[in-house]
Amino acid sequence: MGPESTAPTNPFTGAARVLDYWAIVYRRTWKGSAITSFVTPLFYVLAMGVLLGGFIDGDPDQLEGATSYLAFIAPGLLAAQAMQTVFGEVTYPVMSMIKWHRTYFGMTATPLGVPDVILSHLGFVLFRVGLSCAVFTIVMAPFGVFETVLGAVGAFLVQFLVALAFATPIFAFSAGLKDESPFALVFRLGMIPLFLFSGAFFPIANLDRWMQVLAKVTPLWHGVDLTRMLTLDQLDWSMAAVHVGYLVVLAALGWFWAVHRLTKRMVT
Amino acid sequence: MADTDSMILAQGLRKSFGEFEAVKGIDVDVRRGEAFGFLGPNGAGKSSTMRMIAAVSPVSSGTLRILGMDPATDGPEIRSRIGVCPQEDTLDTELTVRDNLFVYGRYFGLPRKEVRQRVDELLEFVQLTEKASAMVEDLSGGMKRRLTIARSLINRPEILLLDEPTTGLDPQARHVVWDRLFRLKQQGVTLVLTTHYMDEAEQLTDRLVVMDKGLIVAEGSPLTLIAEHSTREVAELRFGVAEEGNTHEALASKVEDLAERVEVLPDRLLLYTADGEETIAKVHERGLEPVATLVRRSTLEDVFLRLTGRTLVD
Repeated sequence: MGPESTAPTNPFTGAARVLDYWAIVYRRTWKGSAITSFVTPLFYVLAMGVLLGGFIDGDPDQLEGATSYLAFIAPGLLAAQAMQTVFGEVTYPVMSMIKWHRTYFGMTATPLGVPDVILSHLGFVLFRVGLSCAVFTIVMAPFGVFETVLGAVGAFLVQFLVALAFATPIFAFSAGLKDESPFALVFRLGMIPLFLFSGAFFPIANLDRWMQVLAKVTPLWHGVDLTRMLTLDQLDWSMAAVHVGYLVVLAALGWFWAVHRLTKRMVT
Repeated sequence: MADTDSMILAQGLRKSFGEFEAVKGIDVDVRRGEAFGFLGPNGAGKSSTMRMIAAVSPVSSGTLRILGMDPATDGPEIRSRIGVCPQEDTLDTELTVRDNLFVYGRYFGLPRKEVRQRVDELLEFVQLTEKASAMVEDLSGGMKRRLTIARSLINRPEILLLDEPTTGLDPQARHVVWDRLFRLKQQGVTLVLTTHYMDEAEQLTDRLVVMDKGLIVAEGSPLTLIAEHSTREVAELRFGVAEEGNTHEALASKVEDLAERVEVLPDRLLLYTADGEETIAKVHERGLEPVATLVRRSTLEDVFLRLTGRTLVD
């Protein structure tokens, strides 16, 4: 007879069963994602950090403690890269798994449940984020943008938290959509303003008072500020705790929302 | 003491979607090794019933036990022991045939080595060994359906659920699928299928229920249902285009005493009788001249027509 099929004991063992699926998908698609994952962020570094940065004084008082513009925006670009990878992975692909290819329906006809399936997808997103952020971190290291090795490792690890804080709520949003048209707005009115105004390219102290408040509410600012504290070795423990707390709470709320929305969509 | 031979037991099973009630209280008992069918037209509640049995759709009311377990609390355990061949393919079209089966086997918690071995066996069983490395999007409809069946067998299920297994396939592809399902039945797999094809129900099922508008209107083996609700033979009469004063209804009234029952369809009359040839001879004796005549045995289609006044396929 051979081994028997079983029900998973928790969402982690359930999600682990989907690893082979994601491995096969990634083996098939990695070339297509390599440019956006590895090359585009380096274009930003070159254009913004090196070329544009050549016109900007490396004044630590103006740049939140950074001694060069490159050192200022490197952590911002790292966090933004994590965010952008997430937006790409949990919008159209989630809709495809529900509506176009119906892959999730195939998965949940097995002992796997909705939380198992979501967790496995989030695991894949973290893998993608980890890989592209690792490449970014390693390439940036020789430019001297990391004050300490520990700070570089810390900044890299923070990206998993940034990724989760974006991934769970956006996954939830995508899981309830009937068609893909809102995604264009999500990118144009969500991701791009976050990218531009969350302190990645300039200190948010330059913004008007009300815009500063707005920026500080966005998850990307928390991610950027936390990353920057680590790369510049200027850790403010209490502020860091606020950042981590904010991102953890957002990721957790997003998780419950995602499970709720996908269950409502699929278990009818 | 649990009844270990009861694979599926439903009592007063209902399913509502808001105001709409798709399944309005049905009782079903499927036994081990049986090939059981739900026959009915589109919208009869067959797929809703199947999704509840597959433990992916919550029961609205009534009781349902699959392998003695309650889908509300033991969904994953139930799903680990059944196989599901859904109406709409959920194959991963961008993966190869082999990879589709392999990843699916992994979802059931089976070790890789075991899955690889089963994949080879199943490819052989559904005659897709040569297509193992092909992308699913390049397969024909019949091949995709066979692959879906293979996929639903990867966990060696005790019950195989097939929702409209041959809908959309050409006749030749249907016969290949039927042949494979018949082999499974002979191996002792409990088959539960829905269909709106009466020939499929007749060929594959030992026992079936006829569903209409969310209710079961008859139950039995194909032969007993035909014996109970129809005659041995049917004489089909086709007349030319209906004219004023010579409508199908008017023609029917001229022959209604020649048969146990007469049904008027848009394109023909059906005369239910024990001896079709004799009936047609009598029709000719009355001076009526149908354009074409046909004598055939009664089928489940006739049973359905009798019970609901409608045909299975619109």
